[in-house]
Amino acid sequence: MILSGSEIVMECLIREGVEVMFGYPGGAILPTYDAMTKYPQLRHILVRHEQGASHMADGYARATGKVGVAIATSGPGATNLVTGIATAMMDSSPIVCITGQVPRGAIGSDAFQECDITGITIPVTKHNYLVSDVRELPYIIKEAFHIARTGRPGPVLIDIPKDIQTEKIEFVYPEGEITLPGYNPPKHASEEQIADALELIKQAKKPVILAGHGITVSGASQELQELAERAGIPVTLTLLGKGAMPEGHPLTVGMMGMHGAAACNFAIQEADLLIALGMRFDDRVTGNLKTYSPNSKKIHVDIDPSEINKNVKVDVGIAGDVRTVLRQLLPSVPSKTHGEWIGKIRDWQEDGDERDILHADSQGKLLGAQVINDLWKFTGGDAITVSDVGQHQMLEAQYYPHKRPKSMLTSGGLGTMGFGFPAALGAKVGMPDEEVWAIVGDGGFQMTLCELATAKQENIKVNIAILNNAFLGMVRQWQEFFYEERYQATPMFNPDFVKLAEAYGIPAMRVTSREQIEESVEFARQHDGPVLIEYAIEKEEIVYPMVPAGADLHNMIRRPKPGEVQA
Amino acid sequence: MTQNGKQTLSALVENKPGVLNRVVSMLRRRNFNVDSLTVGRTANPFVSRMTIVVDQTRGSGKRIASNLFKLVNVIDVKVISDELHVSRDLALIKVRSDDAESRNALTLICERFPARIIDIGPAVAIVEITAQEDIVEAMIKELEPIGIVEMVRTGVVAMGRGVRIMEADDYRPAVEAIKEDSGSYQVYGV
Repeated sequence: MILSGSEIVMECLIREGVEVMFGYPGGAILPTYDAMTKYPQLRHILVRHEQGASHMADGYARATGKVGVAIATSGPGATNLVTGIATAMMDSSPIVCITGQVPRGAIGSDAFQECDITGITIPVTKHNYLVSDVRELPYIIKEAFHIARTGRPGPVLIDIPKDIQTEKIEFVYPEGEITLPGYNPPKHASEEQIADALELIKQAKKPVILAGHGITVSGASQELQELAERAGIPVTLTLLGKGAMPEGHPLTVGMMGMHGAAACNFAIQEADLLIALGMRFDDRVTGNLKTYSPNSKKIHVDIDPSEINKNVKVDVGIAGDVRTVLRQLLPSVPSKTHGEWIGKIRDWQEDGDERDILHADSQGKLLGAQVINDLWKFTGGDAITVSDVGQHQMLEAQYYPHKRPKSMLTSGGLGTMGFGFPAALGAKVGMPDEEVWAIVGDGGFQMTLCELATAKQENIKVNIAILNNAFLGMVRQWQEFFYEERYQATPMFNPDFVKLAEAYGIPAMRVTSREQIEESVEFARQHDGPVLIEYAIEKEEIVYPMVPAGADLHNMIRRPKPGEVQA
Repeated sequence: MTQNGKQTLSALVENKPGVLNRVVSMLRRRNFNVDSLTVGRTANPFVSRMTIVVDQTRGSGKRIASNLFKLVNVIDVKVISDELHVSRDLALIKVRSDDAESRNALTLICERFPARIIDIGPAVAIVEITAQEDIVEAMIKELEPIGIVEMVRTGVVAMGRGVRIMEADDYRPAVEAIKEDSGSYQVYGV
């Protein structure tokens, strides 16, 4: 079969199981767009900015576990993808980005819309390719998907010069396994490592599990729950670990870290054993490393060998797939209970509950925490929520408990404002039968709100909840705490979001009181296409507790108890 | 085996365009301090070998090795300074030789080091030394009083002793092999 390079791209994408691509056409990728007309089974979603394409591919990948695909042209099209690529890299999300490049003969001549995108993306991709021969193309695409989805997943970029897209050759698909001599992600733990880990688990009196994104990625939720239940170990979650263990399970304590539950942070600091599973001891979860969990032995399981002993020195470091390793471990895990230890954690939790803003009199103000908690209540806790970055993101993490993996998507590592809305569109495209809510702030939403047109054109049923406090709330909170309330560049002029949505033909509603929240959920469910709801919330709400950057994990700024005056 | 707080790593990498860039980019991004980096072909034209000397204070050899290992084009990595090994650095040193005294001193120094004079004229001479890095350093110190005019060094190359073999003899990239069959294969420089 004689095919052009572009047609080979389509043939290979189909063989990788791709159903949808998010992209934006342009000069250097036009042959590939032309080839799409021959492959109607591949759905193409036209975005309004290439950043949206990479975020949508990312959201699709996180919600489905499959590889997301983004397509853009050379030069500015390619550079616009970069923020989304870096976001996917930090959160180990499998995406493949295909970019057009100027013809081979023009590379290096500063041709129109030429840009060294493979050079630019080396630090933010798991791997990338500049195709130099059309015969390489099928191998490269197959390798790219293999690299993106296996091991520690991540973004892979393929840059295809325009003349390669048009060149015709006999198409032979490389059947069989891909073998890459330099790419062997670790899988199992050694028997010795398992024995060492078991010994620590047997001896522990105050153990804590730290479960991260790796649990979701490797599909180890069941194994995690089994380990926790058998050995009676309380489980704390990272931000991206939410959903790895059902919240509401008696052994799930909650989220750890900077805005985590105080009980989690106290438990980690006082533990005599940390079992870190598929997480990487990010500075947002450890606080000051010098005082981090000082009395504990540490077991660390992560698929990336370079994560072991990177931030926290551990006693047993296992580079392996967390599900495989847990399965090796489980048959010998002793049956244990830690009643006294768990009782202590319960006391911390009760103390935290007393301080909860939901129990305080809000004096008629609409609070972000109330909005999130009511959204949880009225969606039955079953929705896929995709949050942006900032106060609303932390409130989502605190007040929307998740039951299952892949139901809470957010930009954790890179903290990319503007991620939430396009990623929600990608998630909905991948999971059309799920209720998807984009929970965003007024700041982040305005970074990528051009995708309202994409949502409307493709009729993607995402409910957009804007928590509008007319501030860059998290930055304002830092300014309040650490910069003596000098609110430099944080108050926001905002458009009328309801009118804005209507201009796109998207139904919208403004909510100003707590009583309207239930109605807003019903309103959102009434419509087939995208819906926007603006929640006009209290302007100067604070997210508690907070571990100031670099402070000890147990030294949190906490909300005073009722009747207590803040020191 | 570690000398002067430095660690030596050997890496077998695919001989493809851009691989050196990937390695250097990773070292910079992770804030590792590179002392020297050399690269050259191996017996297999598809494989190059790098010797990287890093300042140990910025990160242990193992951490650097695990980060190198993550690069898809890196086939194998070893922290060679953790085991028995030999290492060599080559330097060309141009030294003042415009009087009898300097010429005599130069000859005497070269006799005590694995070095020789490879070019000499009325004003300057070029000395070549191939030795372990610290011996090269020692000779440079001795040449300094005579007057070093310019100097160039290759950086360290190293190899494990005995049967500690790093080789990828049978490595053939799938795509490059096709090119070879069709007669259009060319070896790329890194």
